[in-house]
Amino acid sequence: MNSVALFLEYSAVGIASGGIYALIALGIVVIFKSSRTFNFAMGEMMMLSAYFFYTAAVTFSMGIFFGVVAALIGSVAVSLLIERFALRPMMGRPFIAIVMVTFGIGSIIRGVVGMIWGPNDLQIPAILSRSPVLLGSIFIPGKTARAFAIAVVIVISLIAFLRYSRAGIALRAAAADQITAYSMGIDVRRVIAFSWVIAAVTGCISGILMANVNTLTPHLGLVALNVLSVVILGGMNSIGGVLVAGFIIGWLESVTGWILGTEFREITPYILALLVLLVRPTGLFGTKEIERI
Amino acid sequence: MLSQVETTTIPTPLRTNNRDWLWAVLLIAVLAALPLVAPRYWIYFAGLLGINIIVTHGLNIMTGYTGLLSLGHAAFVGVGAYTVALAQIHLGLPFYVTIPLAGVVAAVIGIAFGLPSLRIRGLYLVIATLAAQFILNFVFVHWQSVTNGDAGLTVQPATVFGYALNNETRTYYLILACVVFFTIFTLNVIRSRVGRAFIAVRERDLTAEVLGVQIVWYKLVAFALGSFYAGVAGGLMAYFNQFVNPEQFGLLLSVFFLSAVIVGGMGSTLGAILGAVFMTLLPEVLREGALTIGGTFGFDIASILVPLRETIFGLLMVAFLILEPRGLAQLWKRARQKFSPVRGSE
Repeated sequence: MNSVALFLEYSAVGIASGGIYALIALGIVVIFKSSRTFNFAMGEMMMLSAYFFYTAAVTFSMGIFFGVVAALIGSVAVSLLIERFALRPMMGRPFIAIVMVTFGIGSIIRGVVGMIWGPNDLQIPAILSRSPVLLGSIFIPGKTARAFAIAVVIVISLIAFLRYSRAGIALRAAAADQITAYSMGIDVRRVIAFSWVIAAVTGCISGILMANVNTLTPHLGLVALNVLSVVILGGMNSIGGVLVAGFIIGWLESVTGWILGTEFREITPYILALLVLLVRPTGLFGTKEIERI
Repeated sequence: MLSQVETTTIPTPLRTNNRDWLWAVLLIAVLAALPLVAPRYWIYFAGLLGINIIVTHGLNIMTGYTGLLSLGHAAFVGVGAYTVALAQIHLGLPFYVTIPLAGVVAAVIGIAFGLPSLRIRGLYLVIATLAAQFILNFVFVHWQSVTNGDAGLTVQPATVFGYALNNETRTYYLILACVVFFTIFTLNVIRSRVGRAFIAVRERDLTAEVLGVQIVWYKLVAFALGSFYAGVAGGLMAYFNQFVNPEQFGLLLSVFFLSAVIVGGMGSTLGAILGAVFMTLLPEVLREGALTIGGTFGFDIASILVPLRETIFGLLMVAFLILEPRGLAQLWKRARQKFSPVRGSE
């Protein structure tokens, strides 16, 4: 196989894994839009959902469908609890205090998961077929390709939902100007809670997909720290930007891993994030927001 | 956001009164005499505590006083430790050169990461420091030819006037001296024009700018100071453990320092000390407690100690941020006022 074909193959695999990044990033962006809260616990919420799925589907042998349903319910409940009891009391407090709270929550979830399910890898039931997908002569592992398809479909439908539904419009109104939105009769608290529900859903699905492609460990949540660079690249307040940025980061990770060696994969997103901060802090599709001082 | 009570620092009197000085001198005397009476494990522990106090002071200047959040402080500690190890191995420099050098190198590298985002308000610095955490750790692990990868480097003990600091007790005095120096230095920086500028930047940056405080410059100074402290502490750590490897400087350690600052009380020098002491002692108490309980009931608690620690760090961070944002320092102050109403006005 010549290097062009190899390059195409790595690119395809990379872009395919970028689909899940976009899904996680969407959860972060939605919360950020609604309440200016940057959720560092996103990765842990995602990881926790995958464990919910494991427990429901394997331990209680509820099967895949009810396992997913149970995981969705569980993660929405956890998400609402976090919003209600940790973030709402912090409303109006300095920005860094809120960031630290979400960071602390991430630490709690990681610890609790470690205590309950232990540090070892768990194998969750395969949802996705392993049979590879061939695009012409390009070979994409089956799980990655299918995870990509599911992630992209969900991201696109959520973007459409946020654009056209009443709830989505309320969200954007609250994002544009909280006080005005409030005085126009939008229940901003409900909008924020709603954004946490969306984040729980995207986190849950991405967690299950991610655990399917890789294995399930308490470290799964650290993946979401890479996703921070997706959010930075796409622009923190751009819902549509996550999709493009997710593909770019996924592609870059895969290609640098191929050219420089796999260990470089783990720092590629961070280097890219630093470059974005240097060159274009708004990200590709972000708007204003950036306050230079 | 505005002037929420929580971040406002109670103005420190410019001159501490004599009683406080007396207590401070007494405390230092007790600490200096400690090795004569205390078992070696305690001394080891006190050394560790001292190193943590220095890092927490640095992070407190950044996060507590200036409002710049760093999630990569452990990596800057690592830079200091590697600087000491490399300067000693390749250049044979003595500790009174390597330790300041460690601070300077850490400050320079810190600024290299922080500079692009210090100009922008908000979240960006957090991301940049997080990137620093991962990228630096990557360098520690993978730059084999210099850092010797996961195996790490061995550091020879520091030598003072031909007298090798080759056990805990001797290194303890070096650390104690540094802790005293950095505590006094921090107190003085905060009382100076610079410290007041830090607080002004944190509280209302635009107002500060209008009043002639150059925000970016002071952010830079705060960031440089914070990483300098981390570098020095890292250097001490290298001498203390006589060993440097990448595992010592992971994300968990960054979280640890952050929780020390929060638990102690952001924007309080006393708080930084209290926080570092509390957070260093906690895992030990926890371990002893858990092992005792586990021993009694026959559970295998040892295996869940690491996640248990993570949970408790997180819980403390969240609980203090929500319930007592001024941390242990405030609790201490309140307790003191309760018991000595005469000094209550202070």
